[in-house]
Amino acid sequence: MSKEIAIIGAGMHPWGKWGHNFVQYGVAAAREALADAGIPWQDIRFVSGGATVRCGYPGYVAGATFAQALGWQGAEVNTSYAACASGSQALAAARNKILAGECEVALVVGADTTPKGFLAPAGGYRPEDPDWVRFYLGITNPTYFALYARRRMDVYGDTLEDFAAVKVKNSRIGAKNPRARYRKCFSAEDVAASAMVADPLRLMDICATSDGGAALIVCSLEYARRIGKADAPRVAAISTVTPTFASGVVEMPDIATDSAAAAGVEALSYRSSIPLKAYEEAGIGPEDISLAEVYDLSTALELDWIEDLKLTPRGEAAAWLRKGDTALGGRIPVNVSGGLACFGEAVPAQAIAQVCELTWQLRGEAGDRQVKGARVGITANQGLFGHGSSVIVKR
Amino acid sequence: MSNKPLVPAIDGWHTMDAKPHLIGSQCSDCGTYFFPAQYQYCRNPACDSTDFLEVQLSRTGHIWSYTNACYKPPAPFVAAEPFEPYAIAGVQLEREQMVVLGQVVTGTGVEDLKVGMPMELVLETLHETDDDIKVTWKWRPLPAGTYPETGA
Repeated sequence: MSKEIAIIGAGMHPWGKWGHNFVQYGVAAAREALADAGIPWQDIRFVSGGATVRCGYPGYVAGATFAQALGWQGAEVNTSYAACASGSQALAAARNKILAGECEVALVVGADTTPKGFLAPAGGYRPEDPDWVRFYLGITNPTYFALYARRRMDVYGDTLEDFAAVKVKNSRIGAKNPRARYRKCFSAEDVAASAMVADPLRLMDICATSDGGAALIVCSLEYARRIGKADAPRVAAISTVTPTFASGVVEMPDIATDSAAAAGVEALSYRSSIPLKAYEEAGIGPEDISLAEVYDLSTALELDWIEDLKLTPRGEAAAWLRKGDTALGGRIPVNVSGGLACFGEAVPAQAIAQVCELTWQLRGEAGDRQVKGARVGITANQGLFGHGSSVIVKR
Repeated sequence: MSNKPLVPAIDGWHTMDAKPHLIGSQCSDCGTYFFPAQYQYCRNPACDSTDFLEVQLSRTGHIWSYTNACYKPPAPFVAAEPFEPYAIAGVQLEREQMVVLGQVVTGTGVEDLKVGMPMELVLETLHETDDDIKVTWKWRPLPAGTYPETGA
């Protein structure tokens, strides 16, 4: 039995700093996805929402919140929270429901309204919460990105110019994406002139936080055939595996890594482990990938992800970048949506937005951003505490 | 100079002596270290021990990576006015085979740091309240040739 499901609709509310209620973004994205699929809302039998923890109780029960906003019609609901991997887990819940034969067609939706500036932890005096502790000690999200970036410089010889080149590449392509928040082509000089945030990363190396919403309509292959969409892109893999103990990479929001002092333990970071499972599940390898949407929380992190996805050998992502191999028209275009560099992060929507981009690319509907002959795409993103997700879409 | 008492910003995470140590725990069965200390369950997937010892972690190690904070973090961080940027290091402890993050002492910037540089643990003010001075652990570069052979 095939473990694939079809993606028959994709929709997004443009990313920005709109300041509206997150529900509005999710509804707009859902309506666009439904129109794209050409099916009525009443046909959806499962609503799988990515939760937001910044918008009060409606965000905690996002699946029900969106279902109510779209109009109660008796569908089952689910809400998934896994920080930036929430959207993938919501998609996984929908896939399970469909593959179990409990529903034929589902809506997967996530949306967020984010505050200005640094993301901050929940309040109170809570030393048992590592997220609270690290902020108390002065360690923010960019701290972690910067530690990884410095390691790349030290271990592989990456330069500040390489990091800036990621931003330049992504801004050039993101400028052509009407759904992106930042649509200006930035130069290496612009990056170098932006304020240092966490050495070696400058403001323009680090992604902003945004408002936005994204949605997918997914269904059984039989349902897709019945409505004349047998050739729709398919979800071939969803990987949400954990790292293996004792991972030596200090992951947000932890203050220390695992200890590898005990004998006989093997370590694999979550960034390395997630794609392995995704490739295995899809029955393909990195050589089959046409394009990748990866989580460029920082410019340097895009390079880490490219290597974790095994699109290049370890330590060679910057060399590929310099040759243009990760740009549109290159060997493996990365972040042709513009990536987080152009979108900014709308946490529960982001993993869904990555799959939207792959859907449009695999249908050949990405316009100026189109990767020629795109057949297989992969996403990668980061949750918290060293977990994340990867989705493979193929046609 | 303030006469306020020095108290740890977070209780029980480090000693308060002149050569301070982080206070962690170690699994009695498999030997895995934990920081912050952990006494309820062992995170080694091959170990289901519930028996742990309190241990003082090595107070020296080598820089795994480093950065700085050029902007004031949000609460619960308490910033001095005006805000002064500070460096941050992840330091690899050899015996424990783990990396521990912390601020770098005041007056040492990223330009003074290198991956692999030996560091030692010291205590420094994190912030002051009306009643006391909250101190925390910070990393300080060790002078050349003073890294202890024992790693402790």
